Amino acid sequence: MITTDILIIGAGPTGLFTVFEAGLLKLRCHLIDALPQAGGQCSEIYPKKPIYDIPAYPEILAGDLTDKLLEQIKQFEPGFTLGERAETIEKQEDGSFVVTTNKGTQHKAPIVAIAGGLGSFEPRKPPIPQIEKFEDKGVEYMIREPELYRDKDVVISGGGDSALDWSIFLTDVAKSVTLIHRRNEFRGALDSVEKVQELKNSGKINLITPAEVVDIVGESKLTGVVVKQKDKENFILEADHFIPLFGLSPKLGPIANWGLEIEKNAIKVNNALDYQTNIPGIYAIGDVNTYPGKLKLILCGFHEATLMCQSAYQRIFPNKKYVMKYTTVGGVDGFDGTRKEAPKAVIKSID
Amino acid sequence: MEQDITLKIKDREGVLHEILAPTDMAMNLMEVVRSYELAPEGTIGICGGMAMCASCQCYVESDHELPEMGPDEDMMLAEAFHVKENSRLGCQIQITPEMDGLEIELAPES
Repeated sequence: MITTDILIIGAGPTGLFTVFEAGLLKLRCHLIDALPQAGGQCSEIYPKKPIYDIPAYPEILAGDLTDKLLEQIKQFEPGFTLGERAETIEKQEDGSFVVTTNKGTQHKAPIVAIAGGLGSFEPRKPPIPQIEKFEDKGVEYMIREPELYRDKDVVISGGGDSALDWSIFLTDVAKSVTLIHRRNEFRGALDSVEKVQELKNSGKINLITPAEVVDIVGESKLTGVVVKQKDKENFILEADHFIPLFGLSPKLGPIANWGLEIEKNAIKVNNALDYQTNIPGIYAIGDVNTYPGKLKLILCGFHEATLMCQSAYQRIFPNKKYVMKYTTVGGVDGFDGTRKEAPKAVIKSID
Repeated sequence: MEQDITLKIKDREGVLHEILAPTDMAMNLMEVVRSYELAPEGTIGICGGMAMCASCQCYVESDHELPEMGPDEDMMLAEAFHVKENSRLGCQIQITPEMDGLEIELAPES
């Protein structure tokens, strides 16, 4: 079991900055995120988009902001559970919480800070009748274990990098790879598009465009897909696996079942005080929360994280007095033994 | 100050709303829909208006001349679901006086 002082759910900008503010209070943090890397929306959806309203940065790319935040918190040695979704929460007799992920990893902490942004990122499912019935019975929305596809007939649909990259990769594994896309143009890296063109020319990829999968064939497991191709009659394509790769969409997910007060797909918090939810010890900060006047801005998430950490400290140490210090005065003591402080003034006497 | 224009927007429940939209606030269609709360928060404009999620897809029902589709919008619609010939992304359509009377329907959530 992983134990920490503050368990942060969500490794986006707000979650990452929480580590810094907690670190100043000598509180350790561990972050859980469903994505395989830190950064949340900034690294998953728009890493190359510039942001213009981060204080002191006239312009910064979202991906660079993530990198800077990771650099800023490195000294506080946060732990990460990445690629796993926080699934359940249980309150313990001592008042702490145990959060278990979808892969069974358990985390224990007296404080839980939900910084989940818009929620955990779930695969976007195409509107195909009964597709849920075939999930893990031939339909997969992401490729976890490429060996599953060895010597199988695989159909991939989508027009982005994931669809292109996995189509290329699986040509060396699967018996056959068919890539289906609604357009002739692909929104992917030029190299990948050219590689798929080569593989198509050499007969290693079966490319069907402009077309889409409109139905699934099979009883207990998938045996084929129905393809609708422009100006042609629908036809069945035999397949062992169908992998729709249409990107990710944020959903509040299991957090919605934790007994928290939810309003308009967001968690209600006490913004007059400390961004605590209706469950004492559980806070919600950043885009995931709501209160009168809420603004979903990164800089507001930073502010909320700062106030939340002060409140968390008081919950953990109710009998300790703490006075907020400026980092320019108190410096920063890292858990890794490093210390940052302003240089002392040189005092010279004059005879 | 420029005048407001009238828009007719059918929500995802099939209810038609006739609303006033300002032309002098640099708003796009997705933002107008959000400001009138015609779709639940968290189901529209998820990417913030960068043509990167298609949650604001709508069908243009009137014959208004709208700004030409840019490459980002075009490619996003190539991957979106429930796409029709008259699909557009609301976040890519700035509100202008010429849109007075525009009729749209919100595409299903996906």
